[in-house]
Amino acid sequence: MVIAKVVGNVWATCKHPGLEGYKLLLIRNLEVVSGKLYGKIQMAVDGKFNAGPGDTVLVLDEGSSARQILDNPNAPVRTVIAGVVDQAAVGEKVAKYT
Amino acid sequence: MYPGKVIGRVVCSVKTPELEGVKLLILQPTDWEQKPDGDPLVVGDCVGSGAGEFVFYVQAREAAVTLPGIPAIDAAIVGIIDGLTLEGAG
Repeated sequence: MVIAKVVGNVWATCKHPGLEGYKLLLIRNLEVVSGKLYGKIQMAVDGKFNAGPGDTVLVLDEGSSARQILDNPNAPVRTVIAGVVDQAAVGEKVAKYT
Repeated sequence: MYPGKVIGRVVCSVKTPELEGVKLLILQPTDWEQKPDGDPLVVGDCVGSGAGEFVFYVQAREAAVTLPGIPAIDAAIVGIIDGLTLEGAG
């Protein structure tokens, strides 16, 4: 899992039925100590956390665990939101996100 | 899930039976601002997308989940993008 920041969202009327009812968020990995974003922008599915742009989230990037989190064996999904991060600490640095 | 643009289609009269009935399109991977990023690939389609459309797709095992049975595909379109917001992405 990685810590990431929600930087956008996507809407799509026409999509696979296994994605119905989920939020589609754009995220980018967040480096805790510097607070910088890194890597490519990715799309993640939010099943129940109702996260939105500006939120810091815990992101899981593995298919079978993703389908388990969404409780939907037919969801064609690999990257999901697994939680909303309140605080993260690395060494002396404590970052609060709420 | 990754963004891309549909740029063409593929027709195969001789193919593995696992691909029977699967619509095959040629997709150019892009970034979220629709700029090309990487080499085109052939993908399955389950949402009825067509040339020029901005879509998102999945790869590997997730692609096989998209169609009934277990089709022999390694990439599939799963949605057509109507719109998106993107801010503060650096």
